[in-house]
Amino acid sequence: MSTPTSTPGHPTATPQTPGFRMIRTLGGIAMLAGLLVVVVFQWTAPYIAENQRIAIEKAVFQVVPGASQRVDVVLGEAGVLAVGDAAGETVYAAFDDQGELRGLAVAAGAQGYQDIVKLLYGYDPSCQCVRGIKILKMTETPGLGDKVAFDPAFLDNFVALDASLNPAGDALANPIKAVKHGHKQHDWEVDAISGATISSVAVANAIDRSMQRMAPLIQRHLAALRDTAALGNSGGVE
Amino acid sequence: MATLPNQQEKLSLDTFLRGLWEENPVFVMLLGMCPVLAVTNSTMNAIAMGLATTFVLVASSTLISLIRKLIPKQVRIASYIVIIASFVTVVDYVIQAISLDLYNALGAFIQLIVANCVILGRAEAYASKQRLHTTFINSLGMGAGFTLALLALGTVREVLGNGTLLGLQVMPTNFEPWVVMILPPGGFFVLGAWLLLFAYVRRRRELRLLEQEGASGAA
Repeated sequence: MSTPTSTPGHPTATPQTPGFRMIRTLGGIAMLAGLLVVVVFQWTAPYIAENQRIAIEKAVFQVVPGASQRVDVVLGEAGVLAVGDAAGETVYAAFDDQGELRGLAVAAGAQGYQDIVKLLYGYDPSCQCVRGIKILKMTETPGLGDKVAFDPAFLDNFVALDASLNPAGDALANPIKAVKHGHKQHDWEVDAISGATISSVAVANAIDRSMQRMAPLIQRHLAALRDTAALGNSGGVE
Repeated sequence: MATLPNQQEKLSLDTFLRGLWEENPVFVMLLGMCPVLAVTNSTMNAIAMGLATTFVLVASSTLISLIRKLIPKQVRIASYIVIIASFVTVVDYVIQAISLDLYNALGAFIQLIVANCVILGRAEAYASKQRLHTTFINSLGMGAGFTLALLALGTVREVLGNGTLLGLQVMPTNFEPWVVMILPPGGFFVLGAWLLLFAYVRRRRELRLLEQEGASGAA
């Protein structure tokens, strides 16, 4: 395109008003852009939903060892509620082939170094402990903070992380918390990754905050949760 | 740069190769430093980021070149940004559809391609003046040059900072990783080292050319 020879401030006489041309061009481009984005969104939406479903499905079985089917339930103060009830929180009840409740996968989140760290953890009501975690979404520093997702030594913290209830049964006996690398002394402490302390603390905080609320609920409504096995398998209650 | 404004470039091999060496967006023009420093701490991230940027660069440059005569120059920057942003959104969705793990690894940097000055720079300096096919080839070369530069940083940083290459252990197990290499300062160190090397090679070539000219002049 040859640039007009006019100097700025002295518009050349054009058959169309420059304002109209500008609006037409910008409007046209914006409409084209909107169309493109909508088409791609529509086209990719099922794939993205499928990816997310697979990610959660895999994560549930990862954090609850021995499980092979899952039922999505909503758990609130009043017990097991209908799916979609805002009074409760969605938990994934995981059963083995015999229909025995192996554990519950619960989503949790806490502020990390850059953004919220979202994770799924598996709670085993029989040992009152956390059996595994899986990071679902985070923007921690690659190479440092993101190690919380795969560092084997760190993940060992969550093989049997103590989350037992206090005698009153309304909170955890000991809050789950992260301690400096190499200083873990109790079963309820999380040994932080050196160089990724903030991310490690975020993971511990997310589990603690969620467990403080959910562990008493789960223990109180354990019988009802066990019964949800009859509600269906793998696909869960949709 | 080498192309003068208002001059239609003839398509040649140089149209493509310029982006790789002579006008390499990272090592020569020093554009788009944000992703260069931020996502090059592993080779996989570098490749994914390079390809994503290349796609946005080629698609937006081509479209801009196609409609260059329709865009009044007062609103050209706004038009370019809208076009670039739409293609970035496309890439964003497509990467989510391909792999959530990769999407999570790249984090916010996919969206930040919008603000990558390589792309806006190409749109303004090249695509808005040149014909469709030369623009396509040129932006492809620029994208390849950008990807190569990211790769050059990513491999060095991953090998030194983590002892691995594409996730595979390449350093002996007793090698203590230089953690600083995958931290932001490591990006500056490696970028500085590459710039030094590039400048040195270019300077030597220029000197050799001068000497040759001097020798032929004397003869």
